[in-house]
Amino acid sequence: MTKQQANWSPYDNNGGSCVAIAGADYCVVAADTRMSTGYNILTRDYSKLCKLADKCVMASSGFQADVKALQKHLAARHLIYQHQHNKQMSCPAMAQLLSNTLYYKRFFPYYSFNVLGGLDNEGKGCVFTYDAVGSYEKVGYSSLGSGSTLIMPFLDNQLKSPSPLLLPAQDAVTPLVEAEAVDLVKTVFASASERDIYTGDKLEIVVINADGIHREYMDLRKD
Amino acid sequence: MNFMDSKQPESGLLGPESDSQRTLYPYVTGTSVVALKYKDGILMAADMGGSYGSTLRYKSVERMKPIGKHSLLGASGEISDFQEILRFLDELILYDNMWDDGNSLGPKEVHNYLTRVMYNRRNKFNPLWNSLVLGGVKNGQKYLGTVSMIGVNFEDNHVATGFGNHLARPILRQEWHENLSFEDGVKLLEKCMRVLLYRDRSAVNKLQIAKITEEGMTISQPYSLKTHWELSAFQNPTQGAVGSW
Repeated sequence: MTKQQANWSPYDNNGGSCVAIAGADYCVVAADTRMSTGYNILTRDYSKLCKLADKCVMASSGFQADVKALQKHLAARHLIYQHQHNKQMSCPAMAQLLSNTLYYKRFFPYYSFNVLGGLDNEGKGCVFTYDAVGSYEKVGYSSLGSGSTLIMPFLDNQLKSPSPLLLPAQDAVTPLVEAEAVDLVKTVFASASERDIYTGDKLEIVVINADGIHREYMDLRKD
Repeated sequence: MNFMDSKQPESGLLGPESDSQRTLYPYVTGTSVVALKYKDGILMAADMGGSYGSTLRYKSVERMKPIGKHSLLGASGEISDFQEILRFLDELILYDNMWDDGNSLGPKEVHNYLTRVMYNRRNKFNPLWNSLVLGGVKNGQKYLGTVSMIGVNFEDNHVATGFGNHLARPILRQEWHENLSFEDGVKLLEKCMRVLLYRDRSAVNKLQIAKITEEGMTISQPYSLKTHWELSAFQNPTQGAVGSW
């Protein structure tokens, strides 16, 4: 029998966009809930957010099966950490763990694009942004995934973060108050879903602040 | 494709297909599975064709099977891989039963197990060439999920594999609602299966519908759908196509 299928690939891109914005005393993490493959929508209600610790939330797009494996692995590592240290992992610690976990699979990578948002030990918002093999950077805001090419320049324009090359190092947190940041996130997703076919259906927003974690949803275009 | 012409290295992951022990393409395949939640549980439909490439080789393949007490599994893709998965699940259910503690695996647990098996095999570059649909009811909770060959998985109120994703799900999105009665659910599935029968060349007009509720599951006897081929476009498909025979 002649071969009919194209060469088999262990990867797929299930699309989706992720955004995180850090403020002085809060962090907003958001992602849409559409999951696609090719031109098909698989489901309109799949959460890309994962609470890794009390003050740490990860948003991931890319290949869903890899993302799920990564989330399960981090949850297991965090459970061990809690047993050993009797406390929740801090967001910067989780950021390093995520980097190491991704690099461990450097030669058969997790095809996942992650942004990690949360509060640091001083209660200040922090965002860490990654590539698929674990190189990461602490930033004030970030966008990753299929709609990031539409979202990121808009955030750059609105938030004007100080250059990371400045000496002494400038603080990267955004000057917005919490409600402004949530509004900005809603705007960028409403815009991205106009042009990116992999972003849409519903927006899931998580706000982390001193009161804990608060979650809200907003409808996006379904076409 | 001639294997002799390929200039790939002799060993390693990309070695010649002739001495490969992996499923690089499927042999006998089943086409779409369609399933939905309805008022009392889950309904699932699949036809009974088994294709050998584009030859319709088998006509009585059962592609939906009961798993344990609370779950129903439907499969499209490589039939032999499906049968191997059934062996894994039989063992899983048997060993779970041997605890004799009154607990039993529900659809959520079985689906999660399948998710890990499929993903684990793709990690070994040795996939089980299937798209699976798992439905069930346990403790009043309806469950419907799916897993692909490479481990992509999700739950939804209605799911479909393969061509069903293109042709059946738009119908389901338009007509599905939470309080579907059994009769309306079957009607909706039959509508989907009829569209698939008309437009998916590997679909055959012999299908089963399976039902699972809190009370238990039943898989129907094979039956056929009423079809209507008398439309003029079906009667004379080459009309207006100059030069066609």
